[in-house]
Amino acid sequence: MNLIGIARKNLIRSWSGSLLSILLLMFGVAGILLLLKVERQLNERFERNIKGINLVLGAPGSPLQLILSAVYQIDAPTGNISAPKANFLIKNPLIEKAIPLAYGDNYGGYRIVGSTPAYIDHYEAKISQGRMFENNMEVVLGASTAKNSGLKIGDTFYSAHGFDDTQDVHKNVSFTVVGILENSGSVLDQLIICTIESVWMVHPPEEGAEPKREYTAVLLKQRNPTAMVTLPEMAKLNGMQTALPSIEMNRLTQNFGIGKTVLQNVAGSIILLSLLSIFVSLLSSLKDRKYELAIMRTMGAGRGKLFALIQLEGLILSIIGFVLGYLLSLFGLWLFSRLLESEFKYTMAFFNPGLLEIWVLAATVIVGLTASLLPAIKASATDISQTLNNE
Amino acid sequence: MHFPDIVCSKGEDLLILGQSGTGKTTLLHLLAGLRKPTKGNISLAGRELSTLSGSRLDKFRGIHVGIVFQTPHFVKSLTVWENLMLPAYFSGTKPDKGRANELLTRLGIDHKKNANPGSLSIGEQQRLGIARALIHKPAVVFADEPTSALDDTNTLAVIQLLKETAADSKSALVIVTHDNRLKTHFQNIIIL
Repeated sequence: MNLIGIARKNLIRSWSGSLLSILLLMFGVAGILLLLKVERQLNERFERNIKGINLVLGAPGSPLQLILSAVYQIDAPTGNISAPKANFLIKNPLIEKAIPLAYGDNYGGYRIVGSTPAYIDHYEAKISQGRMFENNMEVVLGASTAKNSGLKIGDTFYSAHGFDDTQDVHKNVSFTVVGILENSGSVLDQLIICTIESVWMVHPPEEGAEPKREYTAVLLKQRNPTAMVTLPEMAKLNGMQTALPSIEMNRLTQNFGIGKTVLQNVAGSIILLSLLSIFVSLLSSLKDRKYELAIMRTMGAGRGKLFALIQLEGLILSIIGFVLGYLLSLFGLWLFSRLLESEFKYTMAFFNPGLLEIWVLAATVIVGLTASLLPAIKASATDISQTLNNE
Repeated sequence: MHFPDIVCSKGEDLLILGQSGTGKTTLLHLLAGLRKPTKGNISLAGRELSTLSGSRLDKFRGIHVGIVFQTPHFVKSLTVWENLMLPAYFSGTKPDKGRANELLTRLGIDHKKNANPGSLSIGEQQRLGIARALIHKPAVVFADEPTSALDDTNTLAVIQLLKETAADSKSALVIVTHDNRLKTHFQNIIIL
């Protein structure tokens, strides 16, 4: 028999109040963890993909759409641009690095992106199996693509037009898998990458016409900020546009931010309610227990013991609430990551526990101790003689 | 309230009789160190109670005093057995499981070991209360109106149990009551 055992049995005895407190804590904790983890992962992912890219050149249209499609591969492209014109623009001393991209097809929902090995080097992705593509119609798979699409090295496949439609299959030429990339935590993970010419070969010109040499977008890194001033003008004159990833993504996360704040407040309110619930439940159980508390004191329990007993009850409730909330958040993250994977082929490392969980645990413990503070003081102030005289 | 000088030596019994309003329970609480007197001294097991305070007094009381209450209260979330283990836990001593078993058997409630004290009959609860007061062989056992709710037969049984078990653990027994029936069972009687 010890204080933890007594506290545990008391909580079981007043189970309805305990259950309500635990449930409220569970939902509050799960909500907060879910929000913070999703936000952190998305931010990390966004930042990783945007790293080293100052400017994106593409067809006119929504700049946000251009960024989302060219950098993150989650939206439809704004259109194509002429490769010779683009090459002329980017052959500019102000541009340090230019990565041309040609895309618009998929295999099983995984986007096929034509580019140069510079695209893969940019995200510091290494080949884990096989080799880099060297000839046209050879592809390397991103790590998640390799894991989930069912493709292996040596497999051949046809691409389909668009991003999720498998009706319109280009059966003129087939791709061959020659390599698989390591997980890089970047956009590459969910792509199929080949040479630009391969994408052009899938879309042959009508008979007699010149082959269409087009890019969908070009990722740019500038040498100095002057490029920011001159390049947009030059692009506009040539029927193209440039977009700034950092600005577009800021705008996007600001819009997310409002919804995030609302959800955070909801989760915070639930946690406050759980504080109230622990408080009320302990206080009402004290009424039921005032004689036994007095009797514990006659048996040698000091005021400190009774104080500790009630605090312990708050602590146990908060720890159980945290553990259940954490498990619920894992389940929520699993659902969310499945959604991301099926909708956008994004795979996320949601499940690595970190400092965040420790902070939320600390906050939950503080909630439990705060809620039980007043009841604990009340219990420790029990006047033995007076209480026992009132029976 | 004023009380006369009272002395009860080790292994002795003492009956304090008084009508309601004479401060019986107050006296018992003073003697057991649950309250502090405004004047006068209380000495228990060779120790002046006024020299102790706070958790030291609580510990001292836990080790040297056992109390049988008029209405026995138990920790409701714990079993009969666990309730018997509490005095040792709270006074920081080693629980004597052999003695607990022996007391339960002698008081005829050993089959209720794992029951919730709330499910015991009033008589059984009374006996469990006696067991709990004596489990740690205290220097003094105080009993507050232990028989006021009992009929003659049960009164006799309870008094005998109290006297026997107290004598057994060499504890002094102090009973505070308004129950005149007890007079015949005690030699040392103080009337308030």
